Amino acid sequence: MRLLKSQIDQKTGSGFVTLLPEEPEDMWHAYNLIQEHDRIRAKAVRRVSKTSDAGSVSSQRIALDLTIQVTSTDFDIGSGQLHVSGKVASENEHVKLGQHHTLDLELNRKFTLEKADGWDSVALEMLKEASETERHAELWAVVLGEGTANICMITEHQTILRQRIEVGVPRKRKGGIDGHTKGMEKFFSTTLSTLLRQIDLPAATATQGKTLPLLLASPGFVANAFLAYIKTEATRTTNKPLMALIPSIVVAHSSSAHIHSLNEILSSPAITTKLSDTKYARETALMDKFLTLMRLDDGRAWYGPREVERAVDKGAVGRGGGVLMINNSLFRAQNVKQRRKWVVLVDRVRDVEGGEVRVLSSLHESGKRLEGLGGVAAILTYPLEDLDEEGEGDEFGGGDEEQGEMVI
Amino acid sequence: MQRTRNVGYDDDDLYDDDDYYEEEEAEVMSADDKEQMRISTISTREALGSAGSNISDAQIQEALWHYYYDVGKSVSYLKNKFAAPAPKQEAQPKKEKATSRFDQAASAAVEKAPVPAGKHPYEQYSYTQSTYPVASSLLLPPVTMPSSAQDFFADVPWGKVPAHRLGVITIDEPHFRGGLLGGSSKLAALAAKRRKEREEAQAASNANGEMDAAVAMLDKLTVKSQKNGAPAGEADRPSRISKYTARRRSPSPKPEAPVEEAAPEPEAPKPAIEVEYPAQRATASMFASTLCGTSRSAQTINVQQEFPAPYSHYKDYQDIKPFEGPSPDDIHLQRAFLRHTGTTPKKKPAVAANGDKLADSVEKLAVDEPKVKSKNLNVLGELQKSGMKRMANFVVVGHVDHGKSTLMGRLLYDLKVIDQRSIDKLRKEAETIGKSSFALAWVMDETSEERSRGVTVDIATNYFETDKSRFTILDAPGHKDFIPNMISGSSQADFPVLVIDSSTNSFEAGLKGQTKEHILIARSMGMQHIIVAVNKMDTVAWSKARFDEITKKMTAFLTEASFAEKRITFIPLAGLTGENVVTKTSNPAADWYTGETLLEALERIELPQRQFEKPLRLSVADVFRGDLRSPLSISGRIDAGTLQVGDVILALPANETATIKSIEVQDAPVDWAVAGQIPTLHLTDIDPVHLRQGDIVCSPKAPVKLVKAFTSKLLAFEHVLPMPVEVFRSTLNSPGSIRTLSAKLNKFTGEVTKKKPRIVKPGEVARVVVQLERELPIEEGMRVVVRERGRTVGAGLMENVA
Repeated sequence: MRLLKSQIDQKTGSGFVTLLPEEPEDMWHAYNLIQEHDRIRAKAVRRVSKTSDAGSVSSQRIALDLTIQVTSTDFDIGSGQLHVSGKVASENEHVKLGQHHTLDLELNRKFTLEKADGWDSVALEMLKEASETERHAELWAVVLGEGTANICMITEHQTILRQRIEVGVPRKRKGGIDGHTKGMEKFFSTTLSTLLRQIDLPAATATQGKTLPLLLASPGFVANAFLAYIKTEATRTTNKPLMALIPSIVVAHSSSAHIHSLNEILSSPAITTKLSDTKYARETALMDKFLTLMRLDDGRAWYGPREVERAVDKGAVGRGGGVLMINNSLFRAQNVKQRRKWVVLVDRVRDVEGGEVRVLSSLHESGKRLEGLGGVAAILTYPLEDLDEEGEGDEFGGGDEEQGEMVI
Repeated sequence: MQRTRNVGYDDDDLYDDDDYYEEEEAEVMSADDKEQMRISTISTREALGSAGSNISDAQIQEALWHYYYDVGKSVSYLKNKFAAPAPKQEAQPKKEKATSRFDQAASAAVEKAPVPAGKHPYEQYSYTQSTYPVASSLLLPPVTMPSSAQDFFADVPWGKVPAHRLGVITIDEPHFRGGLLGGSSKLAALAAKRRKEREEAQAASNANGEMDAAVAMLDKLTVKSQKNGAPAGEADRPSRISKYTARRRSPSPKPEAPVEEAAPEPEAPKPAIEVEYPAQRATASMFASTLCGTSRSAQTINVQQEFPAPYSHYKDYQDIKPFEGPSPDDIHLQRAFLRHTGTTPKKKPAVAANGDKLADSVEKLAVDEPKVKSKNLNVLGELQKSGMKRMANFVVVGHVDHGKSTLMGRLLYDLKVIDQRSIDKLRKEAETIGKSSFALAWVMDETSEERSRGVTVDIATNYFETDKSRFTILDAPGHKDFIPNMISGSSQADFPVLVIDSSTNSFEAGLKGQTKEHILIARSMGMQHIIVAVNKMDTVAWSKARFDEITKKMTAFLTEASFAEKRITFIPLAGLTGENVVTKTSNPAADWYTGETLLEALERIELPQRQFEKPLRLSVADVFRGDLRSPLSISGRIDAGTLQVGDVILALPANETATIKSIEVQDAPVDWAVAGQIPTLHLTDIDPVHLRQGDIVCSPKAPVKLVKAFTSKLLAFEHVLPMPVEVFRSTLNSPGSIRTLSAKLNKFTGEVTKKKPRIVKPGEVARVVVQLERELPIEEGMRVVVRERGRTVGAGLMENVA
């Protein structure tokens, strides 16, 4: 996203920015930036109906610049479209104040955003992140199993499931492994054709050199078998772009064919060395560290809004290893109070306590994981027990129990 | 040309198989051809004028046929042939015939492709070659030949030869290929006209030429050709046919019996079937005709428009419509199928002497899919009546490379389920890739992937039978990546056979690895008995100390996993050599062991109570296409209830009904199946998209509810946090997540010890809410296994819908 103009008062945080989204990912940033009650100004096409004196109604489509006060935002992950609905905040000759309008933010069409309660630190951070110009790592990943495949696009801030493929593969049967072999063949060909459609390889003549790396991951040997299939298929059809893609394919191991095993794939050392230090990999590594501490259960890792707040109150998320992990979905809270609470918490940890704050993208698997934990988690500098009021009675289970009721 | 064919007829005896003469009959002129022939004949006769007085219509037509109705060429040909016989005449057929090997091959290829059905394209070629073996080396003269002898010899200085000594050299007419050279173009027509004029002049000069020996010979030829080659030569055809009718196979055996009894009516055979082959002449492509020239056309002449069908002169014949009903094969198949499915087979229609009756009964045998009728059996009553053998399914589990597949291969081999020959074959194959010890395992591991990698990937199912029991083996993969397959296999089994490698380090490695995980999964599937096969005892010289050590460690471990000690059986054995598998070991080093063999233990083990009375529940383990008779088949274990052929079942979560067409248990067709069995159901009235592995099949009267989230009592094997997990229920594998940890429970009493725990540690029991990605059929009391990142984190019991 290009920052065209910025007029933000350092002290109060009031002011506006003009932004130009350039790639689909920018829509995601915009989605995170735009909150309820913000004012947004962008070009819009609106059907305006006029009633003449004689009473006849004529309607006309007019392109005009509209300023609206946001009531809700709607982001379509798949297509990267952002719809912002709100009420018209500045009147002009066609539109009255308070009329409803939904702006469709588009690529390469600038918009101006003004925060209702000023630009807070989190918003500024987001803005900075959004307007970073250097190109970030992106890759395609296919998580495969026998008969299922998930084709995803992983970008700096998002994991987008582009296509899910399910092909019925008969299992091996006594005496007849034909069905299985044929089924796998069909599955591979479907997956490959879908993948190629998604990736949209540059035509052989095109000079555009950049091919995104492709990650194949599966339990067992499916990924390798698929790679072999791609290779033979590329040779058989003499598909030059596909041939060119082959060197950039990385095969990894995953424990399942489900998309959430991407987490595990991207945190495995074999892959992290190959993929440059992406935000994704960093987030994943951080989540893993947190979970390890959780397992140790020494009171140094806590999750959940209440617990984390208490830990921060006690000054445990501070200098020397304190990390606050927060999901960016919390900042998108429709409730302004809620959002402010989180911003205050973040500011406090960062500025007062001196701890580290990581905002995880809710569109990545690690972010989803954090969301499952209540959206916020913290690694403490010293152990704290009983942040959740109830006393913890460690019951001791031992000896043989009888069969039946309680055994699971 | 005609000579060729004549010779061919002489050879006919060699080819007089039933089918061969049909080929000639098949070449019938189309209506278009006939019309064109008629018009062309008239115009040819006009063109011939007085010269054509001694030429018969048949001859003209034949010539026209050869020249594709090119009147000009035909006229010149006829004139040359009949009006002006020449010494060169003899050479003509030879030249036409003289095709190079290449040409022959090419035209053979041409013929092969476009012949109408029922023809044998090679026949004519086969005798062409046999007649002129030498000719094949001769080359066809180039097409650019001068069009007449006069042109050819224009510059030869022998002009002063007396007229009576002048011979006429007839050169084979270059046959203008209609298509390529544009035979119908104005230019070609003009050329043909000019040629005609010239030849007319020539013919006039030769009209009163001497009739010498050559002419006599020619006449002989023409007589023959008239008889055999001409399209109109139908007169003798029927007699030829009737000569063969006796040998001919009848199209359908059914009408045969009555027909033969009927008094043979010596009525003349009349054409009963008229076959039209409209595309007959339109088959050769442009390229092909370029390659082969017009010489090809002459060979495909034998045109007969109609031919009589055998028996057609019998009076019954008219009434019988033999092809109206299904063919005898169909009837037979259908009957076999009906017998197979157990529904009452329809009465075999009596072959009536009266054709009407037959037609009626044939109509009754409708071809449409027979509606599967339920016999409305009292399955439980049938079960008791049948006095069926004990049926047990067991899953073979254990760490990778501990010899599960090999042990099962050995068991099957020793029980003669697998014959020596197959084993030898496998052994040979295994040796060729240097893995001779895998031969027995390959009995179970059939896919190429499994064989090349030496790892079981998916469950292998096999059956064997003893005097007392019928067993189903489910050979599970040991590799950790294929635990999902192992879970789906375990869910179909009654008890596990745990295979442990007794050799040093292997046992310990397994205990850390999948030995442990498999035990936990087997236990969480609700299995209570376990047989521990301490394998590879031969590698530790049947050491009692080692066996005791393993027994001790495993007992401790298994009791911890809440297997009762009295329900654990340890057997020392060696899968590769087969000791203590079926037969007791004769090794003196193993004297200390006096217990049972693996087979004895399998027969002894107590089976869990079957839930016959409950409503039907079947977990689909595989969806596949059986054969043509059963386009959609499923297999899976019946967890509860019974089913029989004709039952309507409900597939969930698709919520689609299907009808059971037939049932197979252990590859044998049956009428019903009960809980505990793993039948294969052949279904109808359902689309394959509605069924997949992990679905539940139940009776439409008592369906399972679809749930999106449920609470479960969960026994944790690893730390449990709210996190994304994979949920396994029987054969089902679905992504989901643990949404909340509701409470930590007392392991024994089930009382809540702590509300909303932060984390559940291994060994603890908690009540959790499991959220599924999509709605799935799960009901109370179903067991689920929860895995995350390739580790089994817990086993749960579904409590209620959240």
